[in-house]
Amino acid sequence: MRGKVVIAGVGNTRYGKHPGRDRIDLIVEAARNAIFDAGISKDMLDGLFVKMANSEPSILYGQKVSEALGLRPTIGCSLDQGGAANIGLITYAAMAIEAGMIDTALVCYGDTARTGSRAVYHRPRGDDAVVGWYSTAAGYAMIHQAYRNRYQPRDEEFGIVAVQTREHGSENPDAHLRMPLTMDAYLSGPFVVEPLRRDDCCLVSDGGAAVILMSVERAKQLGRHAAVPILGLGQGQESWDVHLREDLLRTKAEDSARAAFKMAGIAPSDIGVAQIYDCFTVTVLQTLEDYGLAPRGQAGSKALAEGLGIDGWLPLNTSGGLLSESGTPGMQLIIEGVRQMRGDARLQVKNPGACIISNQGGSMHTHATLVLGEPL
Amino acid sequence: MSFPTVNITDVNRPYWDGLAEGKLRYQCCEACGNTWLPSRANCPKCLAADPKWREASGRGRVISWVVYHTAYTDHLKARVPYDVTLVELDEGPRLLTNVIDSEAGKKLTPDAPVALSIESEEGVSIPRFRLQQNHGAL
Ligand SMILES: [Zn+2]
Repeated sequence: MRGKVVIAGVGNTRYGKHPGRDRIDLIVEAARNAIFDAGISKDMLDGLFVKMANSEPSILYGQKVSEALGLRPTIGCSLDQGGAANIGLITYAAMAIEAGMIDTALVCYGDTARTGSRAVYHRPRGDDAVVGWYSTAAGYAMIHQAYRNRYQPRDEEFGIVAVQTREHGSENPDAHLRMPLTMDAYLSGPFVVEPLRRDDCCLVSDGGAAVILMSVERAKQLGRHAAVPILGLGQGQESWDVHLREDLLRTKAEDSARAAFKMAGIAPSDIGVAQIYDCFTVTVLQTLEDYGLAPRGQAGSKALAEGLGIDGWLPLNTSGGLLSESGTPGMQLIIEGVRQMRGDARLQVKNPGACIISNQGGSMHTHATLVLGEPL
Repeated sequence: MSFPTVNITDVNRPYWDGLAEGKLRYQCCEACGNTWLPSRANCPKCLAADPKWREASGRGRVISWVVYHTAYTDHLKARVPYDVTLVELDEGPRLLTNVIDSEAGKKLTPDAPVALSIESEEGVSIPRFRLQQNHGAL
């Protein structure tokens, strides 16, 4: 699979609030932008891969999106892997292209969790609600506390992730939250579910995002020289809920990254820019360590000492991530990874060489990893 | 939103009935010896059906915890700040619970020994715990 399929176009809406618009409208806008960016005709799309909307899962959702896009694709589906689904869908689209079953695929997501319903993020968690177990944040708070118990990090080691991604997002005109964050403001932020402070937690946003995949041969035929090759893909599913994991700080994220690096034929040290799923700051520290980008327990101290900016040790979430660009689940990270590799990102890293992108869902239940290489 | 209702099924009824009788039960697979909570119809390790119920000693230890400063529903407004603590029973199964005398989590430490102390709230018997100075004294 290495280098056989490319991301030939990307598109997104502005992120934040879109009152009065529905999620499929946002998908169509993002798709229109991606089709324009790829320089193709809509009629070329014969694969349509849609991530299920977090705020309202529904049956045959892919068909509703397909109808709005005026497509009758050969292969189409909507998938639920929580926040891992966008890379999951890219994986299945790339496989279908490589198998010769489809030619050109649109992978897309849109949701209106901000102006619509965010009840999913506040929900009671089964019968454990009787002890007060509610919300998505709580599972990550449990992991964050386990991280504190094991490594005794300073609070600033989490804070640097929020401060740096917010600084990146402040440069992004499409970002939901453009207000920068100081470390003092991070530290004095109120607790939501302790140890999570307000600014450890990602946004809840409206927005749409889409990418277009095709074979490298097709991109060459079309003269798409800015197309970015997919070097590696990996997945791993933890299954057990946070509190049932033998070790709260070990999930299949590690396996997902190992598979992606193996396919790409590169090592963590070859990565020049990273887009890491920052639903919560601890997720970033854990993922950097799971991916072999930092030693166990040291991602935060390394970030404080060596920086996560575009000139830092590891340029991270250079368009703002979930903490600043958009609280939508993961496609914005993929789009920014593509822009970094093309060299047309707003905060461009010099010669990144390779970009790694993590997607994950649930409370670090599902994992998917994407490695992008230099354009054709 | 009011107090959450427990969804009683044929599978979890012995658990909630046990708590109402002052007993904390967990499931055990006779085929492979696996033990677990929450209740399931089949053993997730060997897939054998008809797991058996056993009564736990009520002793366990703290693994991790969180402290809610946000009340996600109305009935929790009077409770914040409150802890939700992950406890591993001596017999192996784990559960999410509250440690009654933890002062909203302030007194919790990893591996702290705890002992069962069932409380009734809105007609539901809830398995909660208290901190133990020494593990032997229940
Ligand atoms: Zn068994």
